[in-house]
Amino acid sequence: MARFFLRRAGSAVFAIIAATILVFGFSRLTGDPRLRFLSEHTTQENWDAWGKEFGLDKPLVVQYFVWLGHAARGDLGVSLNESRPALAMIRERLRPTLELAITGWALSIAIGIPLGILSAVRRGSVFDYVARSFAMAGQALPPFWLGLVLILLFAVRFHWLPAGTRGGLTNLIMPAATLALINASSNLRITRSSTLEVLDSEYVKFARAKGVRNMVVIWKHAFRNAAIAPLTNAGLLLAAFLTGTVVTETVFAWPGLGRLAVEAVRTNDFPVITGVTLVFTLLYVGANLVVDLAYAFIDPRVRFR
Amino acid sequence: MTGRALKFFQTWPVFPLAILIALIVCGIFAPLISPHDPIESNLRSRNAPPVWLERGTSKHLLGADPLGRDILSRVIHGARVSLLVAAVSIGSGLTVGVTLGLLSGYYGGAVDELIMRLADVSRAVPYILIALVVAIVLGQSLAVILGVLAFATWSVFARQVRAEVLVLKEMDYVSLARIAGAGAARIMIRHILPGVLNTVTVVATLQVGSLMLTEAILSFLGAGIPPPTPAWGVMVAEGRDYLTNAWWVSFFPGAAIFLTVLSLNFLGDWLRDRLDPRLRQL
Repeated sequence: MARFFLRRAGSAVFAIIAATILVFGFSRLTGDPRLRFLSEHTTQENWDAWGKEFGLDKPLVVQYFVWLGHAARGDLGVSLNESRPALAMIRERLRPTLELAITGWALSIAIGIPLGILSAVRRGSVFDYVARSFAMAGQALPPFWLGLVLILLFAVRFHWLPAGTRGGLTNLIMPAATLALINASSNLRITRSSTLEVLDSEYVKFARAKGVRNMVVIWKHAFRNAAIAPLTNAGLLLAAFLTGTVVTETVFAWPGLGRLAVEAVRTNDFPVITGVTLVFTLLYVGANLVVDLAYAFIDPRVRFR
Repeated sequence: MTGRALKFFQTWPVFPLAILIALIVCGIFAPLISPHDPIESNLRSRNAPPVWLERGTSKHLLGADPLGRDILSRVIHGARVSLLVAAVSIGSGLTVGVTLGLLSGYYGGAVDELIMRLADVSRAVPYILIALVVAIVLGQSLAVILGVLAFATWSVFARQVRAEVLVLKEMDYVSLARIAGAGAARIMIRHILPGVLNTVTVVATLQVGSLMLTEAILSFLGAGIPPPTPAWGVMVAEGRDYLTNAWWVSFFPGAAIFLTVLSLNFLGDWLRDRLDPRLRQL
């Protein structure tokens, strides 16, 4: 277990370092940051003074470590548009994003896993057919289009729900439903196939032969083992949700991190977009790591792969 | 429906294939089929509704967008853009992924470790955000979106091919080839590669759909294909502000993405069941 933990943690650290190099590399591809602040008529002394103050006179590798040091201490630079620290802006937006992502995630599990089990238990029935079609559709729906169609129906046509922004619970329904519908399909598919596999196993057949009632076989014998795969998938999805919110937030004008990133792209606000990317990478890699470890804890076979 | 016809529809993916063939034809012959120029604006028919609605004209069958551009023509030309982007990016992702997967599986050791850690990284990086960063730095362009998509997909191929190679390279016929004096390159290309092609085909078909979705998402967010090129994702984004009075501007291009990806996924599932049922978990 310890070896497995070290390996996974090592690879997570590697991923984070690679991401920081990517982000830093791109940020310097734009050219010397001084070009953005100083006019072309500036004096050589002024140019050098700026270079000294911000460490731009040093080699690129040194600059990378300086930047990394700042980032590690929470200094992600100052937003070019709002002249506030990027970190403060990110902090404001973190809560709405988590609120949306976690609601959507819980919904997608609540929809996907029970439907997957029922679909496997009644394999070949009309219900199974409908559930599988639903899963097929969910995997092909462009999330932004689903969001717009929901707005069109429930906000523009029937005026039942507000079309966007954060506020009461009614504002949360459509964005969370968009995220949930898109992602419930993969939960459904995985639950279905792992339940089918377990239902086909020797111990389930034995329980049946022994005369155990069907419901007890399904919920007591089969479900526990069948749940491992979908739970891992649900965990991985939590990571995907954090980025999936980028689209949903844009469609529903939800004031979260994803929308901040998209706004920053429109206005070329570099410190903000690099900051958001770093925060997302950390959340993403962190969530993946936790899932992998939890998986290894539940299912010992994983540790030796 | 007679039993035989039903059986035919159950064995062959008729509808997905029909949709995809129609799409390819639209893509190739777009300038001939489409009734209007896709980027020519005509302010007289701003937000004209589709033909079956009140005030709709047969001039614009699916209506027109806020600049009076014909939506049907733009959707048809959009097929061209989407297919091109999907084909080129899956092609480059596949080439890189299969090559690295072969090397990784065949040589093992440090090579394997390096390549697989890189694959981990490309899985761990939220590439929609990386794409946003790249879009700022290098500007929106076709080359950038192709690069990002290839980056998003190569590791899937590399992993799958590596796993297959690990099995294949222990086979007797590979050992015999080695004894006969074949070099590493020859063994990999002539003896191992044909054995992984089925898997590669299945993975590629299943990946094309998700790549198209990613492209649409990036284009929608303004980090994909630059306007005025009629890409479906861009068109949906352009119609967003007109949802209340011209829903058709966003609706039809989005529906085109949905139908295309749905057909591709159906086809992928069908191919997987035929060629390689072991890939079920994909």
